[in-house]
Amino acid sequence: MHILNDPMVMRQVIMDHYEHPRNRRVIDSNDVKTRHMHSSGCIDDIHLYLEVEGGRVKDMSFDGIACTISTASTSILTELMIGKTIEEAKTLIHNYTQMLYSQPFDETLLGEAIVLKNTSKQASRIKCALIGWQGLNEIFMEEEKHG
Amino acid sequence: MLNIERIRQDFPLLTKQTLCYFDNAATTLKPNTVIESIVDYYSNYSANPGRGEYDLAFKTHERVERVRQQVATFIQADSSNIIFTSGTTMGVNLVAQGYGLSHLTEGDEILITEGDHAANTLPWYDVAKKTGAKVIIISLGDDQRLTVDVLKQYLNKKTKLLAFPEVSNVYGIRSDVKSLVNYAHQFGIMVLVDGAQAVPHHIVKMKDYDVDFYVFSAHKMCGPTGLGILYGKHEALLKMQSTIFGGGMNLSYDKQQHVDLSNIPYRFEAGTLPVASIFGLGAAIEYLSKIGLDAIHDHEMALRSYAIQHLKKLNNVILFNEVSDSAIITFNIKDVFSQDAATYLNTKGIAVRSGQHCSRNLQDHLQAHGTLRWSAYFYNTFEEIDRFIEAVKHGGNYLDAYFE
Repeated sequence: MHILNDPMVMRQVIMDHYEHPRNRRVIDSNDVKTRHMHSSGCIDDIHLYLEVEGGRVKDMSFDGIACTISTASTSILTELMIGKTIEEAKTLIHNYTQMLYSQPFDETLLGEAIVLKNTSKQASRIKCALIGWQGLNEIFMEEEKHG
Repeated sequence: MLNIERIRQDFPLLTKQTLCYFDNAATTLKPNTVIESIVDYYSNYSANPGRGEYDLAFKTHERVERVRQQVATFIQADSSNIIFTSGTTMGVNLVAQGYGLSHLTEGDEILITEGDHAANTLPWYDVAKKTGAKVIIISLGDDQRLTVDVLKQYLNKKTKLLAFPEVSNVYGIRSDVKSLVNYAHQFGIMVLVDGAQAVPHHIVKMKDYDVDFYVFSAHKMCGPTGLGILYGKHEALLKMQSTIFGGGMNLSYDKQQHVDLSNIPYRFEAGTLPVASIFGLGAAIEYLSKIGLDAIHDHEMALRSYAIQHLKKLNNVILFNEVSDSAIITFNIKDVFSQDAATYLNTKGIAVRSGQHCSRNLQDHLQAHGTLRWSAYFYNTFEEIDRFIEAVKHGGNYLDAYFE
């Protein structure tokens, strides 16, 4: 069994990202793309920041207030995305979403994000685990639209 | 003393499962009589009450008017002052648009409180935006009670309207409506009171309050969703314009676009009413009246003190309203985000609400990014509170919920 599939480890990784979120900062740059993710249904209220250079994610960060699962999943997202090409990033988002909805996915691509696997058994937490990932996807889609 | 075990038999949701339902400030469970009365309408009436000459339509009309009278008696008003709405939110919006837009002008001031629900805040923001009036938000301080002394600090010649909740939905603090209305009226200020958290829990007295407008919802008092009441004093309703137009609210109209409005209250009830829900509200009022609102309130407060007494013994709980006038407790589990805590409690079979409870203007005062809100009703038991306390005690292990 992969070490990240051990519930104790999963729990520690989630808590670690919640208590010490990575890349929780504002990116102050002219080229930064941002997305505000919040909903009336929950208190989560986060801003995503993305900087792309030469078809690659040069930097990604977030800030704001969110629950444990939202914070940890977004923190993990930023770490995974930095350095990826847009295509790789989209494949990752797709596989991660598949995992949350109990659909076939490639575990080898997801790195630490597999600690959020249990979300598929908790329908009410899917939106928490998706908030940052969905936001990033929306930034990509908007970019494509504006070409 | 209420026979709670007997009462619980009346609620299908309480007999079917072991859920500890502590989200009664959001909505309440329905007793069989309410559910049956809704089925009764669809099975045995099903007609449109407006202007039908056949028996079923007439019987339906009579029943609707009987419920209007029941509501009036329940809140100590006359039936001609009772308007059926879709809920508290629509009631405030009817007054904001029908009275606010036509009576407020640039520079006028609308007073609301920081503890007001979004439904008694945003309609006034909209009126202010459209008329140039200003919304002034009253800070309520530590005890969160709106009193005449607090009100005095905010009143001036520009104040034209005051809106506040009789019982606030986060702190559960009850304001003395009669004295506030009396004081405001000395300055010619119109008053709207949000009674959504009051009417289900204690006796309210419209004639005694002398309030201009008062709104509440059926679903928070064991009744159906999609129905509420706007009470208006006759003089206040005369000043209010109809803002929703259609059948039932006019007596006649012609091609020259002349419209004769129906009498009050019908001119504010355009279109087919939610008849089944009105039947249900009638049954709900009957049910609550039979138990008695004084007994209901006493039991709720006993539940509250029991819960507070035990929550205070836990060292992982932050209480925001140790003292309150209703069975609402706002709290957090230390170091646990409120949504995580509510999700965890759900896995222990306990329903509480998390978040800002539609009172975003209160967040500065609470100094918390959201809270948990426990709210009880007369069908809750001390044993349910024991289960709740036991779960809160272990709230630090909230991620258990995620790995179960």
